[in-house]
Amino acid sequence: MTEKLQIRGGRVIDPSQGVDEVSDLFVADGVVKALGKAPDGFTPDLLLEAKGCVVTPGFVDLSARLREPGLEHKATIQSESLAAVAGGITTLVIPPDTLPVVDTPAVVQWIFDRAKAQGFVRLHPVGALTRSLKGKDLSEMSALKAAGCRAVSNAHHPVANTLVLRRSLEYAASHDLLVIVRPEDPDLKDGGCAHEGPVSARMGLKGIPYAAETVAVAQVLALIEQTGARVHFAQISSARAMRSIWRAQEKGFKVTADVAIHQLHLTEEALEGFDAAYHLSPPLRTQEDLEALRVAVKDGVIGSVCSDHQPHEPDAKLDAFPATEPGMAGLETLLPLTLALVREGVMTLPRAIQSLTQSPAEVLGLGAGTLAPGSLADITIFDPEREWILQDSTWRSLGGNTPYWGQTLKGRVTRTLLEGRVVFDLNFGEAS
Amino acid sequence: MTAKKDTLQRDPDGKLRHFLTVEGLDRGFLELIMDTADSFASVTEQTVKKVPLLRGKTIVNLFFETSTRTRTTFELAAKRLSADVLNVNIATSATTKGESLLDTIRNIEAMHVDMFVVRHAQSGAAHFIARHVAPHISVINAGDGRHAHPTQAMLDVYTIRKHKGDFHRLKVAIVGDILHSRVARSEIEALKTLGTQEIRVVGPRTLIPAEIQSLGVSVFHDLAEGLQGVDVVIMLRLQRERMNGAFIPSEHEYYASFGLTEARLERAAPDVMVMHPGPINRGVEIDSKVADGERSVILQQVSHGIAIRMAVMSMAMHHEGGGGAA
Repeated sequence: MTEKLQIRGGRVIDPSQGVDEVSDLFVADGVVKALGKAPDGFTPDLLLEAKGCVVTPGFVDLSARLREPGLEHKATIQSESLAAVAGGITTLVIPPDTLPVVDTPAVVQWIFDRAKAQGFVRLHPVGALTRSLKGKDLSEMSALKAAGCRAVSNAHHPVANTLVLRRSLEYAASHDLLVIVRPEDPDLKDGGCAHEGPVSARMGLKGIPYAAETVAVAQVLALIEQTGARVHFAQISSARAMRSIWRAQEKGFKVTADVAIHQLHLTEEALEGFDAAYHLSPPLRTQEDLEALRVAVKDGVIGSVCSDHQPHEPDAKLDAFPATEPGMAGLETLLPLTLALVREGVMTLPRAIQSLTQSPAEVLGLGAGTLAPGSLADITIFDPEREWILQDSTWRSLGGNTPYWGQTLKGRVTRTLLEGRVVFDLNFGEAS
Repeated sequence: MTAKKDTLQRDPDGKLRHFLTVEGLDRGFLELIMDTADSFASVTEQTVKKVPLLRGKTIVNLFFETSTRTRTTFELAAKRLSADVLNVNIATSATTKGESLLDTIRNIEAMHVDMFVVRHAQSGAAHFIARHVAPHISVINAGDGRHAHPTQAMLDVYTIRKHKGDFHRLKVAIVGDILHSRVARSEIEALKTLGTQEIRVVGPRTLIPAEIQSLGVSVFHDLAEGLQGVDVVIMLRLQRERMNGAFIPSEHEYYASFGLTEARLERAAPDVMVMHPGPINRGVEIDSKVADGERSVILQQVSHGIAIRMAVMSMAMHHEGGGGAA
């Protein structure tokens, strides 16, 4: 076990400290000790050369489904943890829709134990907002908090009515728990599988209107005024919903939001030909939405970018488009797709890194997402110019459901450290 | 945009491999289908109603949704081409026992068949099957969800061509439940490709898809306005379950607003032709006097269906048509 290490000559970007400089980073006992100048008497046991690479805090992903417990035919904590660190992600926030649902301290503890046994990624299970995610009765939020949950959510499951929504927001607020809301009105969604627009009209796919998202956001915003709840909106897909959130922020509401990285690259046009890889929830929307969401990330209205990782077994996507399961596996494409935004001039590299580190860490009040001296040494080192082909030999997630299969992507993690320990090294176990 | 589809239903030389949708096929290609149908129309009138084009070939009618008209006309078309036909009605069979769509396809494929004629309740099912069948098998879409029903659209434009000749001066109104209609979507594509002057869709807002204008049609919510001066009226069937989904309040109110009567038809051109893909709901979307009247071509549509399906099946089996990309 290495005690002291030096990461030499990389471009260190840590938005939490406003740092962007070519420098050395010094780590000891799993903690960041210094940036730039070595502490007195520091002799590294391990020297990591990072010339030409970018050194950042380990990424924090606000929505990644690992499918365990209960859905191990799709993926496991072990398989997806490997995929995460290969993608530079050291902290995963995992939604409560496992089997069983994360609505008891026992399940929370089980996930923590499992993560500990794997030992190379930090997991933060989100507790269920309602019991069994059924949307009717409140979950035992106090117990979930005591077990280690920092947030509660009903994930993709609807809440029975606005009264239950109000009470669950109030109850979460009284325990100072963040409520993560994936805003989607289930009645307006009405079993739809694509954005309601020109493409769904032509392809005869049942549409999900903008109103499914905007109505849900408006409901929650109206209830925040009454309840004082802290709310984070997850995976915003429409410009209209984003603007409602922006107006609420302007009024001083403490609401935050994230967007799935693929929403910043793909639109409904991708559905042409009925490729089920593009069956996603929320659905891909229009070019106008994509452009507005990109600006919102640049300006910080949407603070965080997440993978919205949803790995599936192959059968889940082998059917007629509407009958397939929505979602894509995204842990390992999060970085290259984010870097593509920087190359396209959408935002600066430091802002892009902030959306993967400081911003999501702050949403949950985590100590992660920073390289400030004294913080845990969760560190990602990546080569922004390195190209790689997404294929069996380079892909770690058990979910092969990515529309980027076979494509050449730019930007590759070379090393990932968790508490100063190298948990991923591209030079080992990489077949390509 | 349609490139993905074209590489699936046409080979690199533009020849037909599968017939999944009208979209992406050019005008010349649609005319070729109709010309081929013309050549088969005479077969139907002979005493021995057979040609040996598909002798020794096995065609499977794979119907995941029940149908009488479409299935029987496909069956007749295949038999008149001398193919062996197997009807598999899955609506009451394997998938209800939990077999996946792909497993069903694999099993029937293993029986060494040459063509699937597929009807399925999900949009995109025919594309999915075409993408996964063995390379020698052709797939003909006989209706997938709300997406497409290309042979119906072709027999409709074929019927229009027989009566009107050219499409350039035609105004066509499609009336009724556009939202749930695969027939309407395919008709719009076919009429557009053939250069129809104006395509209208007419119905209550609840039964018209959002942004349908992007397909190049004009939208009317008033039947009288929508019928003004049109040369062709295509009525769509109103499914009774639409009452439960809060799309319309009652059959009675629907008929009062959108039912086609002799009086309403007065607004159309004097030589207007009335079409309906069937089965018709008398007194719901169409009055019996109109359905059985002299301007109705509803029964001609059915017999044209056989010629069109013979044309499409023989073209797909022999990889014909196109010649050069669209």
